[in-house]
Amino acid sequence: MKRRDFLKTSIGGSLAAGAALKMGGFDKLWSSAPPAAKYDMVAVMGGSPDAMFDLGIQELGGMGAFVQKGQKVLIKPNMGWDVIPELGANTNPLLVKRIIEHCFKAGAKEVYIFDHTCDNWVNCYNHSGIEKIAKSAGAKVVPANSESYYQQIEIPEGIKLQKAKVHQLLLETDVFINVPILKDHNSTRMTACLKNNMGLVWDRGYWHANNLNQCIADYALYEKKPALNVIDCYNVMVKHGPQGVSKEDIVSMKSQILTTDWVAGDAAAAKMLGVAVEKIEYIPIAHKMGLGNMNLDSLNIKRIKM
Amino acid sequence: MSSSLLRRIRIVFSTLVFIFFVLVFVDFKSLIPTNYINTLMFLQFVPSVLKFYDLKILAAGGFLFILLLTLLTGRTYCSFICPLGIWQDLNSRIGGRIKKKFRRYGFKRPFTILRYTILAVTLIVTMVWGVYMITLLDPYSIFARFMTYFAKPVVIIINNFMAGILGKFDIYTLSNVPVKGFPLIVYSIPAVFFLLVGGLSLTKGRLYCNMICPVGTFLGLISKISLFRIKFNETACTRCGRCAMRCKSSCIDFLKYDVDISRCVSCFNCIHTCQDKAISFGIVSFKKKVHETDESKRKLIVGSLLLLFGLSRVSNGQDKTAPKPKKDSTVKENRTCPVCPPGGVSIVDFNKDCIACSLCINTCPNGVLQPAYRQYGIAGIMQPVMDYHKSFCTYNCTKCTEICPTNALHPLILEAKKLTQIGKAKFIKDNCIVKTEKTACGACSESCPTKACHMIPYEGNLVIPEVTEDICIGCGHCEFACPASPYKAIFVDGNSVHIAAKKPENVQSDIKTPVEFPF
Repeated sequence: MKRRDFLKTSIGGSLAAGAALKMGGFDKLWSSAPPAAKYDMVAVMGGSPDAMFDLGIQELGGMGAFVQKGQKVLIKPNMGWDVIPELGANTNPLLVKRIIEHCFKAGAKEVYIFDHTCDNWVNCYNHSGIEKIAKSAGAKVVPANSESYYQQIEIPEGIKLQKAKVHQLLLETDVFINVPILKDHNSTRMTACLKNNMGLVWDRGYWHANNLNQCIADYALYEKKPALNVIDCYNVMVKHGPQGVSKEDIVSMKSQILTTDWVAGDAAAAKMLGVAVEKIEYIPIAHKMGLGNMNLDSLNIKRIKM
Repeated sequence: MSSSLLRRIRIVFSTLVFIFFVLVFVDFKSLIPTNYINTLMFLQFVPSVLKFYDLKILAAGGFLFILLLTLLTGRTYCSFICPLGIWQDLNSRIGGRIKKKFRRYGFKRPFTILRYTILAVTLIVTMVWGVYMITLLDPYSIFARFMTYFAKPVVIIINNFMAGILGKFDIYTLSNVPVKGFPLIVYSIPAVFFLLVGGLSLTKGRLYCNMICPVGTFLGLISKISLFRIKFNETACTRCGRCAMRCKSSCIDFLKYDVDISRCVSCFNCIHTCQDKAISFGIVSFKKKVHETDESKRKLIVGSLLLLFGLSRVSNGQDKTAPKPKKDSTVKENRTCPVCPPGGVSIVDFNKDCIACSLCINTCPNGVLQPAYRQYGIAGIMQPVMDYHKSFCTYNCTKCTEICPTNALHPLILEAKKLTQIGKAKFIKDNCIVKTEKTACGACSESCPTKACHMIPYEGNLVIPEVTEDICIGCGHCEFACPASPYKAIFVDGNSVHIAAKKPENVQSDIKTPVEFPF
């Protein structure tokens, strides 16, 4: 599940990915001078989730490159499962906390967290460890359990998915930061950036019933795209995903991928997981639709080992 | 004791009990700890009897305490502890506000035949067939259903309204709770009782308790030998009749200085209202009384009892309580058996012990427990059944098993619940999106907490579900998640007897911790 986001409203224009987006109507925001992005992707290995983020975001020009003073930020982790942090089904809470802190440091007015969970939402928010730590960092942890929180949007160019109901906070916030955790997925083979979007929408069943891979790619067309994607590859569920059964499903990879291009992010994540990118059908589909670049060779990637 | 103190104690105590009851049942966020709820349920007469019968331990013997209390002080239970009784008192008060006449009771003759017949029928049906009459008539369950089916939705709607307003101000302490209704038919029983009990109490005081309620009648029988009673001081009494007028049970015959102790619910209104201080609550003093026996009445009672026993013999050969498999082969989801909640042990056991009080339905954080309307047959109406089209049983939860006041659901620790197979997932390949649409789905398998439902290679890059039944626990998450319609491609068929599921085996992945970036 990924969140789309708001590249437009965010000054995120700063990023190279921004160039791929439609900018229409947001000239005003665009006008604040974006710092030049040095890298398309930063990959960090060997530290704790929060320390890796500190390093990675610094290479991307700091959180200030993505979040401006007074903006509202949506951070969308994956916290869809009623599973404890050690079992790697949900984004690492330490990482979420550190991103929140960076947002506030960059002057964010509010930071919101939610996920449309698969298990009982109260338990997911609780047992993922994210609700508590996010609240302590000053973020607002918002329910997403009821259709009343969702609003209809249109994706006219979508092939299978032309309409979806997205959480109102996706529409009301200025910056969207997508923070998936890398996991095996029973059906699409992998979940990371693009698939994290399924936690932004209400009717996931429609996706499953109408060519899941195409819907995942279609949704990425929607105009509110993430300013930044942070893929948590610290404890990686390499089988039995996306929920996992026990700790045997987890391999400690102690890595993190930060990128403005979510297709590239997913392509890199696939390599981490050891799955051929072509096998994860939504990645080549999204690539062909011009939603990002899955050819990592042509990208400017900074690799850091701690 | 001073005249109004007893009554004041009763009002304060019963108000607290009542508020607590209401809170327990409208607590849609499960804020009240289970052990508090269990304490409250401990003293509920019928649940306690059933639990004791099941467990045979004193820790379930709340009803013994009630019996003792009744022997001492009469039907104190009805005024102090029974939520339906307290609710009726509230109604009577409201009735009095509407029309003064509604609160002027006066002595009435008891409905002796009716009440003892109902008690006898209830006892017999319960002993011969099961809890079905009790399910209908247990006052605690009746009240509990009012709360679950009528009060809680109202509270949730108010909550949602307020959550909506707060959300506008960016405050998310309250969250919207989707209201999912039950099948219409299950509202009919609580609705009938709401009108019956509500109407009677509004206009006639405790008439329901003294005419229909089998618990009231039973405790009334016991209170005939109770130690403390309402007494007349005949010398002080001026026969003004105020006491009889205020008596919700219409059981004071002031002309004879007589209180029908089997109907008196120890509300102490008479003491409070007596200006001559001629009524008190104290140790019984026996006065000589000419005892007249109405032989014809006795014969009628004996006769009706015999008739009932006879009937029970006749109908014993009929339909047992266990639900018949519905053999509907035209339907693709071929359910042979409903799924009964974890801790139920077997459907037969469960149906025998559950009085459909709806506490578990109320407590379930996922809303998967739904009142049955035909799943268990007519006798099991309103008992909880797992409805995987509404929701699923969340893996890390044992709430319903902890809270059942009658032990129809046995308490399960989490580890045991995770290995209790209440049903088995059945895969219907011909309904599956992967086969029909030739596209990826996997909603069932991603939801499966044990990976009993997992994906195996299909055509091309596609994978399709497969079920390993012996590690399936029947939680229904797969069925709930399955997007196929109108018939699901995977569904849980209940186990009529719950069994132990195998623990899912898992081996460490041979993928190693990377030392270099693979890209």
